[in-house]
Amino acid sequence: MNGSHATGSPYAPYTDDERTAMLESVGVDDVEELFDIPDDVRFDDAFGIDARSERETRRLVRSVLGRNDELTELLGRGHYGYYVPSLIDHLADRSEFLTSYTQYQPEVSQGFLQALFEYQSLLVELTGLEVANCSMYDAATALGEAATLAERVRSTSGHRVLVPDLLLEGRRSTLENYVAGTDLEVETYPTDDANADLDALADAVDDDTVMVYAENPTVRGTVEERLAEIGDLAGEADALFVLGSDPVALSVLQRPADVGIDVVIGDASVLGLPTSYGMGLGLFACREDYLRQVPGRLVGAGEDATDRRAYTLTLQTREQHIRRERATSNICTNQAWVALRTAMHAAYLGPDGMVDLANRGVTRADDLAERLDEIVGVTAPVHDRHHLREFVARVDQPARAVADDLENRGFAVHVVGEHEIQVCVAGVPDERIDPFVDAFAEVAR
Amino acid sequence: MSRDESEPATDDQVRYDQARYVEDGQYEPLLSEKDRTRVEIGGDDDSPLPDDLTRDSLELPALSEPELARHYTRLSQMIYGIDTGPYPLGSCTMKYNPKFTEDVAALPKAAVHPDRSERSVQGSLELLYRLQDYLGRIGGMDAVTLQPPAGAAGEFVGIRVAAAYHEHNGEGHRDEVIVPESAHGTNFATAALGGYDVVSLPSDDEGRVDLEALEAALSENTAALMLTNPNTLGLFERDITEIAEMVHDVGGLLYYDGANLNALLGRARPGDMGFDVMHYNVHKTFATPHGGGGPGAGPVGVVDELAPFLPAPRVREAGDDSSGSEPTYELFDPDHTIGKVHGYQGNWLVLVKTFAYIARLGDEGLLDASATAVLNANYLASRIEYDVPYEPFHHEFVASAGDQDAADVAKRMLDYGVHPPTTKWPEIVPEALMTEPTEVESKDTLDRLAAAFNAVAEEDDETLEAAPERTAARRIDQTDAARSPQLSWHALESDES
Repeated sequence: MNGSHATGSPYAPYTDDERTAMLESVGVDDVEELFDIPDDVRFDDAFGIDARSERETRRLVRSVLGRNDELTELLGRGHYGYYVPSLIDHLADRSEFLTSYTQYQPEVSQGFLQALFEYQSLLVELTGLEVANCSMYDAATALGEAATLAERVRSTSGHRVLVPDLLLEGRRSTLENYVAGTDLEVETYPTDDANADLDALADAVDDDTVMVYAENPTVRGTVEERLAEIGDLAGEADALFVLGSDPVALSVLQRPADVGIDVVIGDASVLGLPTSYGMGLGLFACREDYLRQVPGRLVGAGEDATDRRAYTLTLQTREQHIRRERATSNICTNQAWVALRTAMHAAYLGPDGMVDLANRGVTRADDLAERLDEIVGVTAPVHDRHHLREFVARVDQPARAVADDLENRGFAVHVVGEHEIQVCVAGVPDERIDPFVDAFAEVAR
Repeated sequence: MSRDESEPATDDQVRYDQARYVEDGQYEPLLSEKDRTRVEIGGDDDSPLPDDLTRDSLELPALSEPELARHYTRLSQMIYGIDTGPYPLGSCTMKYNPKFTEDVAALPKAAVHPDRSERSVQGSLELLYRLQDYLGRIGGMDAVTLQPPAGAAGEFVGIRVAAAYHEHNGEGHRDEVIVPESAHGTNFATAALGGYDVVSLPSDDEGRVDLEALEAALSENTAALMLTNPNTLGLFERDITEIAEMVHDVGGLLYYDGANLNALLGRARPGDMGFDVMHYNVHKTFATPHGGGGPGAGPVGVVDELAPFLPAPRVREAGDDSSGSEPTYELFDPDHTIGKVHGYQGNWLVLVKTFAYIARLGDEGLLDASATAVLNANYLASRIEYDVPYEPFHHEFVASAGDQDAADVAKRMLDYGVHPPTTKWPEIVPEALMTEPTEVESKDTLDRLAAAFNAVAEEDDETLEAAPERTAARRIDQTDAARSPQLSWHALESDES
């Protein structure tokens, strides 16, 4: 007999007597009789994975992860390490939130549905668009979903999806995979001093264009100044204007609905998650016109049998478990628990806190750029733009060497060109700024 | 409806009264109903950015931390989770989520940025490398990517890898993916997203793949067959070796949907059955929390021949570090990679929990998980009065509610303090109750679960239609909610005004 209480799964409770009674009720002598597996595909070997006590397992993971260096990260470019208040960990870790699943039975899932409804409302407020779903996986996959949405909703067929030449490789590549099964093709348009090059974009957009994508702030931290003009260009071509952004940036930057944006995607987990090696939360909001074509889950308000307001997953006929190959997306499991955390964090900050967090991203980036610019051999910022959270600095020394030297002094920065370093202030404690500037001065000479 | 909501449970029945807050005739108010504060941003002093680059204002709730703590605590109490009671949702493998895995995912050293240099995140790379290795052993696969953030994303990787493989071999004309009728909806949707025509495959009389129908469906245009084994009825596809041969004979690939892997842990491996590519649902098989809908993770394993097409980057050993004591790890792009399916490395924190779970259980624990999961399903089925038409099932079974409406049965079960099964699917069983108790339930709990099934089986339609009575909200009219969708507090307000 395989396994016993002493050596089996610690999370499968039974005694030998109970097991005997259960086997008897089923009508077999041995549990192996229940496996209807032909001999030729039976696995008789072992995986060779040792079992451990909980304490040993914790020690193992601590020891493995202990090999990660402790660095002050001045890193961003789509993934940010804002401080996450304790409230979020403690309440999101309540096991009702953690251990429930998709709200197929809304009557016993009101709490989660309401939290997701509040998350959707947060995004509606931030974007000014009427519809927000309750999560995609991350910004890159949300961008892919936006492209397939653009193809579905356009009245005439078209092929071209235009993205900025500076688009992050992870987003670009994911987008390519999402459109691989369609007639869409991804093309780049040039940028000018990090922002969209309007003239070049005007030349690029044509009747065959189904989607124009821009970011605010851009991947280099600059604030896009001509969103409305980009929107006009897209509109004239009957192309969807899709913006990449995030909840902190959206707190102060132009409201997407005011500048002709049709869909907003991005990483919403800039609030709610600390740096998590790239794990994110795909933000997806769009105009009401596209409601029936939206990918992912939507929570709606309705009423229960007592006429009280209650929440439920809605418009599920768009989804794979009902519509199968005609679904708007294949997504099932999403990032609901991260959305909960994001909504909690936004509620914790309140509107003042969110605006303040974004504004501080502007002033702290400006201040740091100014201080780096004073160092001989450094020019910062490279781009003559407004910045949010991050900026690019030019170094006379090879950027790779500067970054390596900084790492040896305990700081991580991005290398974005042979002589370009990108620096992000989001989540960096104030007291680490002086030591960073000092280290930079030492290594950049 | 006739019952008093405050009626206490009788001695011979478990009853479940879920917490509920009612204020001014409504349940827990929305945050927006507790406070709305408008912050102006347009003025010169309001932002360091020029006016024309900012929004005018932002209006959101401004509440104190204690108020928020109550709000979210109350919301949590209006949720039924695995820690509340049994959750036998078929195909979802709702296992207990060991608490310590939250602790290891919260280790400060797990909180790293994805653009860190490889030398500074050797711990993360080692964990990913070891998890790739664990999953390869468990599935009998040669190479594994951890990047897909969910099962459906794993399916998408599998389909993209298949496409790249066929293209590489000059067989880009293959434009069909075959999917059994009873498969998970994601299979159909994924194949369509990948640009394939979906060929639906009927089951035979015993609920398994119909070999004659498969023969007819296979052709030189077949890119892949997507299969779940055991299938959604819990039945092992006994002809799997022959199925694999048939698919391979026409040059197609065999895809394994890992949703039901918990049934087979340590007893059969997809790689040994002839599958070429598979995904693992770590939030099912390896007990990471479902989190109200996610995040999960859907790593993909492949045979050697497909490894060059996996997403980039993967992790490999780079040799010894300078001291020669510990191996070092590096990222690399497979030769013919399909590129990326996630901006970074997938759902990292979920992968940390997965690694911890597998390391905790080891061979013995994993072997015991499948044995007990299968025993529990069989025991539960033996105790309930509903008919289970297809046998022999493994970790899950599909009962039929017969003359009753399966959706109503589910609603009524909520009143007995248990989560109901998946309902009305797969459609091959009329009024299906797809039930998967997993290995975590004790005999006592299974007895109570069976009692809930059996109590509901005896009840009349009127009672079922009035259910649930004791949950935070009463029966919700989903059709009505979909008719005029209200998806934000803004929509609710504009509706009132």
